[in-house]
Amino acid sequence: AAPVQVQLVVPIAVVFGPGSVPADLPRPLPFRDVQEMEISVNLRTSVTSRYEMLYRSTTAQEEAALAAATAREADSALHPLQDATLGSLTMYVVPETSSLLPQGINVYVGKHRSALVRAGRSLAALQAHVRQVTQVMSFTATSIAAALSDRVPDGQLSPDARRYLKSSLGYEITFSLLNPDPKSHTVDWDIEGAVNRYVRPVLDKLSLVANFSVDSQILYYAVLGVTPRYDKESSSFLLSAHSLPHVINPVEARLGSSAASLYPVLNFLLYVPERSHSPLYIQDKDGAPVSTNAFHSPRWGGIMVYNVEAPASPQASLPLHVDVDMARVMEVFLAQLRLLFGLSREELPPEFLLESPGNEGLADWELDHLLWAHTVENIATVSTTLTSLAQLLDKIGNIVIKDDVASEVYRAVASVQSAVAKLAMGHLHSAFQASKEAVTSSEKAFFDPSLLHLLYFPDDQKFAIYIPLFLPMAVPILLSLAKIVRETRQRKKDPTKMD
Amino acid sequence: LLAAGPGPGRAGVERERRDALREELLLSPLPTGDVAATFQFRTRWDADLQRGAVSHYRLFPKALGRLVAALGVRELHLALTQGFWRTRYWGQPPLQAPAGAELWVWFQPTVTDVDKAWKELSNILSGIFCASLNFIDSTNTVIPTASFKPLGLANGTDHHLLRYAVLPREVVCTENLTPWKKLLPCGSKAGLAVLLKAERLFHSSYHSQAVHIRPVCRDASCLAVSWELRQTLTVVFDFFSSGQGKKDWSLFKMFSRTLTDTCPLASQSKVYVDISPKNKEKELLEVSPAPTSIHEAIVQGDKKTYAVYDLLSPSLFNTSRSLNVQLKWKRPQDSSEMPIPILHAQRYVAGYGLQTGEICTLIYNTHPYRAFPVILLETVPWYLRLYVHTLTIITKGKENKPSYIHYQPAQDRRRPHLLEMLIQLPANSVTKITIQFERALLKWTEYPPDPNHGFYVGSSVLSALVPSVTAMKDVDVEQSPLFTSLFPSSDGSSYFVRLYTEPLLVNLPTPDFSMPYNVICLTCTVVAVCYGSFYNLLTRTFHVEEPSRGGLAKRLANVIRKFRGVPPL
Repeated sequence: AAPVQVQLVVPIAVVFGPGSVPADLPRPLPFRDVQEMEISVNLRTSVTSRYEMLYRSTTAQEEAALAAATAREADSALHPLQDATLGSLTMYVVPETSSLLPQGINVYVGKHRSALVRAGRSLAALQAHVRQVTQVMSFTATSIAAALSDRVPDGQLSPDARRYLKSSLGYEITFSLLNPDPKSHTVDWDIEGAVNRYVRPVLDKLSLVANFSVDSQILYYAVLGVTPRYDKESSSFLLSAHSLPHVINPVEARLGSSAASLYPVLNFLLYVPERSHSPLYIQDKDGAPVSTNAFHSPRWGGIMVYNVEAPASPQASLPLHVDVDMARVMEVFLAQLRLLFGLSREELPPEFLLESPGNEGLADWELDHLLWAHTVENIATVSTTLTSLAQLLDKIGNIVIKDDVASEVYRAVASVQSAVAKLAMGHLHSAFQASKEAVTSSEKAFFDPSLLHLLYFPDDQKFAIYIPLFLPMAVPILLSLAKIVRETRQRKKDPTKMD
Repeated sequence: LLAAGPGPGRAGVERERRDALREELLLSPLPTGDVAATFQFRTRWDADLQRGAVSHYRLFPKALGRLVAALGVRELHLALTQGFWRTRYWGQPPLQAPAGAELWVWFQPTVTDVDKAWKELSNILSGIFCASLNFIDSTNTVIPTASFKPLGLANGTDHHLLRYAVLPREVVCTENLTPWKKLLPCGSKAGLAVLLKAERLFHSSYHSQAVHIRPVCRDASCLAVSWELRQTLTVVFDFFSSGQGKKDWSLFKMFSRTLTDTCPLASQSKVYVDISPKNKEKELLEVSPAPTSIHEAIVQGDKKTYAVYDLLSPSLFNTSRSLNVQLKWKRPQDSSEMPIPILHAQRYVAGYGLQTGEICTLIYNTHPYRAFPVILLETVPWYLRLYVHTLTIITKGKENKPSYIHYQPAQDRRRPHLLEMLIQLPANSVTKITIQFERALLKWTEYPPDPNHGFYVGSSVLSALVPSVTAMKDVDVEQSPLFTSLFPSSDGSSYFVRLYTEPLLVNLPTPDFSMPYNVICLTCTVVAVCYGSFYNLLTRTFHVEEPSRGGLAKRLANVIRKFRGVPPL
């Protein structure tokens, strides 16, 4: 892969509330400090992160906001006072004894781009906390490595990291209701309402990252590829974890491709099992039933099994009318959506408290998290694309580069350079925009139909055509060479015979 | 409170049930003894696809719905056909299509770049149906001015929004049928689609599958638009030759399956069997089991009687678990008394040699006393250079002057010839249309694989309002069988017919493609042989001295030996 060197600059403001200033400050407030961190991916890819910290004390307004009763109130009161640019973070340090944070919680991450941090005994302890929060709210070495997963050597990356969706200019989200048994179940789902209520707010927030389109369909007679196992004890059917990979393929053929666009598709499937196979439960690796009855497939989407309660009387007339509880379904699908975007909120130390994103489904800093990863990934993609284009041109000497292809390449290079420069300046949003443009231009250049490898006549075939010439011409030459060799041998053996 | 209870629930059901599926199979014995089976699946959706807000699909396939919405399609007609419908012997088909692939599309007036949308559409459709529709380009696309009118609701007929293309070379096979079946809500799992077994469908004389999308009126008042997707499939089975001269057939014999259950999503599911008595003889044939009802209708000017099996009626599957419609002829019928359709046509290439030729089209009007006009559309590829001045139309020995001619000459490698004419056909007449052409020489890269096979010229299209022998009465489109309702019926006295003639296969002067390689081989061998002897001559040392004078080679060798300072031979 082509070399990539990126410096990610995160502007951080550390704001000390009254009574929280540590005793061992090196300088009087306000002052600036810089910390650097190296993220190693492979030999040719280096990502350095640079945290530009500004230490200052609170303003009067912030002080008033911090005087709120709960952390949540403080968070919403502080929001208008912050630097709203994407990627920048604000940490408010509260006194060790503050009642703003619940007992045992040292860090509270709000809905926006700020966090409340309990002052430690020393500056070093505080800085350790701040670094941890910063990584949660912007990027970690793992999230950057996941974004550059193509470059990370095999085995070094956790399987989780490979499930994140590749960065793209847009995504298509398709909700499919699979009803394999329309004879026994008429399933109705208010997908339109559910999309408007639950999915739209999240996507509106994500619209900064990519374009999203949402649609849905109902597929009848679509069955899973695996016959579930009947469990006598619970009188239910079970799908074990190891059979799940085989579930998707037969369904996939029915889903229909997105013929009208080139964006990757995220599939969310709601499966209402046949009457003869219900209730159906998914088992995890240990044999315990999965509480959500759902699973996700990396970079593809998720499947949820929705069991229909058996009718009270067995004589109930078929088909059974089922109204899907969309709140329950959408909760699972949204969680899967977050997972696919790499926004899971697990793996945090217990002293951290994360504010739930509420109606929008996504906190501001989570958006930044995505933007950081996608920007780095875009830059790496452009670099790879342009390198392989250059390799292709090296391979075929007489390839014709049209002016528009050339200008796309120039534009891609300029955009990617500006993206790198913007990242080094800490302007996340404009860097992301530039990286998107670079991806568009480089893909356009790379996939230009005039650069098709097969359009060019390979050299070995040219030689093949002239074989009728070269072969008979080579015969006398080879024969005389053989003769010369024979004669020299003769001469060596019998030097007296020389004339 | 009790009264208000069912209210929202009912509304919810109403909202969900805005789309409906009707399916229908028409079995008609053909005069020659073959059997034609026509499937029609109609999905009607009471939503306006164009408004863009619709993205939640139920019965209507998402792939096609998105296509219509994204590319501003007003109407789409795609047919993939293998074989040729022999109108002369088989009579008027319910739906005809030319051999190969045919695509015609009306775009919305809002589409700014129709050519771009057309190109994109054909590419996407070729992906959906696994067909080579991506070969549709400007050299085989035409804009007919009169032949193709929108079949659905349309407020304008500006023909610049229309594109028409035929690929006569296209071969239709299972890989086209599978995606077509996948668009059906019940797939091939239930309902009539169970019969669609590829190995039987392609073991037939004629196979044509089509997709028609059009906007239709939602109700009689026509204030709102519904979208209709019709998937049709016509097969002709030849039983006369394979069934030892017997014309008896059954569903199982044809499809090697029987109907066992209905598609629970279909609001109508019917099998029609054409049992119309021929030549006023009563009850020649007998169907079993007993049909649910008898339907009489006037279809394409003929009074027809159909035995109807309603798969949704509970009585049908009560008696037996499966439905295997059988038809037996009570006594052998002599095939000499075949009815001849009122309008049929024939086309061929005349002439000899590889320079010029002539396209001849014969159009027959067998109506005893009524003359009627017909629109002929001819699309000829650019490599046949038509001489328009040689166009002659002769009816009953006299020249017939067309009342409307639209001719668009071809441009080399850019667009085909388009000739549209409105010709009056006198009663009981044959009209012969001839036009001469010259065969162009192509560049060597322009020849398709196997160029000696010949080059196809797509079928010409005949559209006519054929006067009806028996008067027809207006029927409600929603109630009548599907096979009667794709083309709009104008009034009671005539019916619309669209016919396709045979595609032509024309030989073009084809170079010997192995020639360059042969030349290279030959010259290389000659050069190599010369080189070899020269090389031998120049490198060998000759010892035997000949008293006679040497030839040219020897003298040449001596000259060279002199240069080398070696004593001459």
